[in-house]
Amino acid sequence: MDDFVSESDSDYASYWRDWFISSRGNEYFCEIDEDYLTDRFNLTGLNTEVQYYQYALDLVTDVFDLDCDDDMRESIEKSARHLYGLVHARYIVTTRGLAKMLDKYKKADFGKCPRVHCNSHPLLPMGLADMPGSRPVKLYCGRCEDIYNPKSSRHAAIDGAYFGASFHNIIFQVYPALIPTKSAERYVPRVYGFKMHAAAALVRWQNGHFDEMRRRLRKMDVDHGFKKDEPLFIDDRGDDLDLDDEEDDDIAAEMERFEAGRGIVIGGSGEAVDARE
Amino acid sequence: MSTSSGSPESWISSFCSLLGHEYFAEVSEEFIEDDFNLTGLQTQVPMYKEALEMILDVEPEDDDDDDDEEEEEDEDVSGDGRDGTTHRAHGERRAHSRMASDLSVIESSAEMLYGLIHQRFICSRAGIQQMSEKYELGHFGICPRMNCNQTRALPVGLSDIPGEDTVKLFCPSCLDVYVPPNSRFQTVDGAFFGRTFGALFLLTFPEYDLSKSGGDSVQNLPRNTDDKALINGIYACNVAPGLGPGKIYEPRIYGFRVSEIARSGPRMQWLRNKPADMAVLNEAVRFAGEVEENVGTDNDDESMNLNNTTGRETTNTSRRRAPAINARLRQQRQNQNASPMTLDTNGAESEL
Repeated sequence: MDDFVSESDSDYASYWRDWFISSRGNEYFCEIDEDYLTDRFNLTGLNTEVQYYQYALDLVTDVFDLDCDDDMRESIEKSARHLYGLVHARYIVTTRGLAKMLDKYKKADFGKCPRVHCNSHPLLPMGLADMPGSRPVKLYCGRCEDIYNPKSSRHAAIDGAYFGASFHNIIFQVYPALIPTKSAERYVPRVYGFKMHAAAALVRWQNGHFDEMRRRLRKMDVDHGFKKDEPLFIDDRGDDLDLDDEEDDDIAAEMERFEAGRGIVIGGSGEAVDARE
Repeated sequence: MSTSSGSPESWISSFCSLLGHEYFAEVSEEFIEDDFNLTGLQTQVPMYKEALEMILDVEPEDDDDDDDEEEEEDEDVSGDGRDGTTHRAHGERRAHSRMASDLSVIESSAEMLYGLIHQRFICSRAGIQQMSEKYELGHFGICPRMNCNQTRALPVGLSDIPGEDTVKLFCPSCLDVYVPPNSRFQTVDGAFFGRTFGALFLLTFPEYDLSKSGGDSVQNLPRNTDDKALINGIYACNVAPGLGPGKIYEPRIYGFRVSEIARSGPRMQWLRNKPADMAVLNEAVRFAGEVEENVGTDNDDESMNLNNTTGRETTNTSRRRAPAINARLRQQRQNQNASPMTLDTNGAESEL
């Protein structure tokens, strides 16, 4: 054990796990409890997945003492990292693990959502699959419910299976208070203030779906998570009440009232004419 | 100004090669020299004249060269800032340029002025062409959203007024805006790109294949494909190719979808949604179809003509709403939601 020299850390007095989570690129990982690692039940099935399973486990739990050449040590080191990752995916959905990841989430250790309208909401790491070796880790934003690529290539190389495809959803189920307030704020491409037609038509269509969802949820008495006073985009008559056009609508209504007061009938929309009749 | 005297590089190209200024295009000198393009900027930028000279690398010491062309501008500027010493403006300016503290003020003014000119330039024909070259070279980075498949993004501002927000990246694939990944862009003002550029770029270059990922070289759309149908003025395959079914995240726990009824259920899927049949977005054609349908129900003599013409038009342009529904059904539908158009064509039949 004394003559073992870790590749990047010569001081082997520190625990392997400490070294692992503090090394560059591993900022997304939390430290797994010793108790969890030593409980064989938690490691069920991993022996077939990890090469040199026993040595790797010994290394992770700091009881490794084997005299072997550099190549061997290198591959055991690699296996240990793989094993740690796979156990990590299981650990972070336990009560203790969720609490540790929650702390990291609150400190925004996983980065912040790049979407402008999410206002730098903290992200959560996620895998797209639970099988190792399929896809690298991605980042999930609970506010816009979308998936982003990590900024740094160091993080983009981490296997997504080390976090699992369920963790980021479980954490919001366990801590419902954590669910961020959703916002319907969005970007509308404009040219000199005029909305770009193709994009605006799509936005109108999407807003229809948004309203539909909120009606559906309200009918079932489910909290839709948006601000209560957020108005529906399309009201029941089917008129477009686009949020940022409301000001204009107000002015138009004002004008109509003014014109009506002077007894002039203006040929606006059908409803305005009806009201005066 | 003193630094530029020896170097062959112009102020503009050195500005554009600074770290963090990778998004900027080099504004041509002809564009800046045209006074029309600078309309209104004098009031927005302090020390406007000095800043402009710095941008154009005009040496204020060279009296012989500049005097003639600069004279008229001089009088414009001096009116709003200087205390009456209109004709001594030149001497004063030279004195200013020699003071180090003033130099830094002029430098920051020049950057602001250049940014504001840049905002206008990239919406001009030459400017947007230059930006398209930068786009092809991938100078603006890619969309961070996973389902956008590394689509190339465009730099945009959320405001046209300087000092309000930093530059953002607009992804044409999901039509959303993102914070640039590198923090060095957080010092670049969004107004230097402006709100218009992003959308104008898409409208100016409709031929870019936006569904291609940033890794592939940017290509124009293949000719003669079925996807070339136009929807609302742009190619249907280029309307938000990163959105729609299959590109929306579905939350799952151990393989089971999280229900919408759950508090933590999906709430934002509409934001990344898109109709499977893009023809639905062609609102004008749809509206024409609806009008035709409504008018078709009342077989009044007066409306017959109108009915016939609109009918022919809509069947030509769209087959989405076939007029083959029987009259009774149509009558019912009309009673349920009478459109304002119906009232317009024959108000006599309205429920009032």
